Amino acid sequence: MEINIKKFVELGKTVRKDIINMLFCAGSGHPGGSLSCVELMVALYFKYLKHHSENPEWSERDMVVFSKGHVCPTLYSCLARSGYFPTDELDTLRQSCSRLQGHPSSVSELPGVEVATGSLGQGLSIASGMAIGFKLDKKDSKAYALLGDGELQSGQIWEAVMTAAQFKLNNLCAIVDNNKIQIDGFTEDIKSVEPLASKFKSFGWHVLEVDGHKYSEIFAAYDEFLAANLDKPTVIIAETIKGKGVSFMENKAGWHGKAPNSEEKELALQEIEEKDLGV
Amino acid sequence: MEKKATRFGYGEAIVELGKKNKNIVVLSADVTESTASHLFAKEFPERFFNVGISEQDLICEAAGLSLTGKIPFISAYSIFATGRAWEQIRNTVGYSHLNVKIVGTHAGLLVGPDGATHQALEDIALMRVIPNMKVVVPCDYIEAKKATELLAKDIGPAFLRLGRANMPIITNESCDFELGKAKIMKEGADATIFACGVMVSEALKAAEILAHEHISIEVVNIHTVKPIDRQAIVKFAMKTGAVVTAEEHQVSGGFGSAVLEVLTTSEDLTRFVPVEMVGMQDCFGESGLPYGLLAQYGLTDVEVVKAVKKVLQRKR
Repeated sequence: MEINIKKFVELGKTVRKDIINMLFCAGSGHPGGSLSCVELMVALYFKYLKHHSENPEWSERDMVVFSKGHVCPTLYSCLARSGYFPTDELDTLRQSCSRLQGHPSSVSELPGVEVATGSLGQGLSIASGMAIGFKLDKKDSKAYALLGDGELQSGQIWEAVMTAAQFKLNNLCAIVDNNKIQIDGFTEDIKSVEPLASKFKSFGWHVLEVDGHKYSEIFAAYDEFLAANLDKPTVIIAETIKGKGVSFMENKAGWHGKAPNSEEKELALQEIEEKDLGV
Repeated sequence: MEKKATRFGYGEAIVELGKKNKNIVVLSADVTESTASHLFAKEFPERFFNVGISEQDLICEAAGLSLTGKIPFISAYSIFATGRAWEQIRNTVGYSHLNVKIVGTHAGLLVGPDGATHQALEDIALMRVIPNMKVVVPCDYIEAKKATELLAKDIGPAFLRLGRANMPIITNESCDFELGKAKIMKEGADATIFACGVMVSEALKAAEILAHEHISIEVVNIHTVKPIDRQAIVKFAMKTGAVVTAEEHQVSGGFGSAVLEVLTTSEDLTRFVPVEMVGMQDCFGESGLPYGLLAQYGLTDVEVVKAVKKVLQRKR
């Protein structure tokens, strides 16, 4: 394994273990979608994002909107491991008076969280508004929005898709964690959002398709977004597996919103430690 | 009496604000000219964004802009801005206390011929229940201008409720206007009318009619429905001992309800004060001439007079 990749594989393990521990402590939460976007977010937070954990309000920073806010364990882990707040605080997820709310909140003043999310379908519009703001100020900052495939059923997503194309927001990058499962089952069986790539293309977006559990492909996609001199927004459609890394959680709708018990937690942690994901 | 729609007060003020502050941006949803934001669009095309007929996106685009330090004013029909996008306003703008100004024009029956689907009669209720949200309902064109100026300086979410039709201009440039402060329009002793929006001028007309019958009416303009001026409401209710509320909105949940909430929970209200409410009585509007509809649905001076007489009978 390349040394470059190895660092991210280890970070991915750390984040996955954080997710499992957090959800176990909380006794509720969303493991499936948190685990499916680990590589995508580890690559973003630890390689591409322009940010300073010691100065969260840095005016030149990039901004990230976790539109699929229920996967905030991944966000919180990435922020803590970036130094935004002590990692001990991760154990307070979903508890009374915690800054780690069940869905991201800017009211609880957790550094690194730009805006409250969790009501699905709204985050792309918010990131699009940020991208417009950056352009007005002639800043080089980028806006990223993490979307789930299920939330693409929301009409507002496509309103924002059109707005971003209309305003040629080449500083906006949507990341679709296409794990193909929503609360009630497979997205395909409930209301199919496919074919995603051709949908986004026909709406005037630059489309990149990657294996969302392979760093080499993820890096190539972010590199292309940052290097491409286009007059359109970019979407990275990432093929992912819900619950990735914990075999008994993988591809199971039942693990969308359920915390592991003590035994399941130990099994999960052991499996995460043993497997090198992202290669 | 000179008449002008409140939407033009906003439209003119926002251009002047745009000249002074480059962070002011305006967003529209395909109703640019009718919301009077075309003046800003013409002057500052680079700071004007028309997102088309998509109010949910509109609210959240503005949210994103505010997060980069901009001061977005959203210009849209009130029914769609506050109704269709309510949950976006609640969860994204209100909860995160974002500096987004929602300017809802075409509020109330005064929309006229477009009919019930376009007449927002629930928007005060919808907006005032959202924590952090300020709600301002100017009584005329001049107040709309002043409200726009003050809201641009104020930090946090706000809803500015404006009308389509021309309304009498009943204040002047030198009148005081402070967010959250009630304003006495006419002093009186027998009953107090608390009103907002177009009903302030209807209340003043009612007071004139009643003066001929030697009934002395106090008219108080509550342009800021939230945060409401509790002190003034209690003081003026105690002074006359009889209250009428008047609004171009459903009587339940809106402005009148806000006044009642103050009166029923105030420790300083030490006597029984009967209240009558003028407003839409749990029904939808329809097509018609703006002021014809006000008369048809009981939102004119005549109905206010009736309500005053009724409340005076109940006064002990």
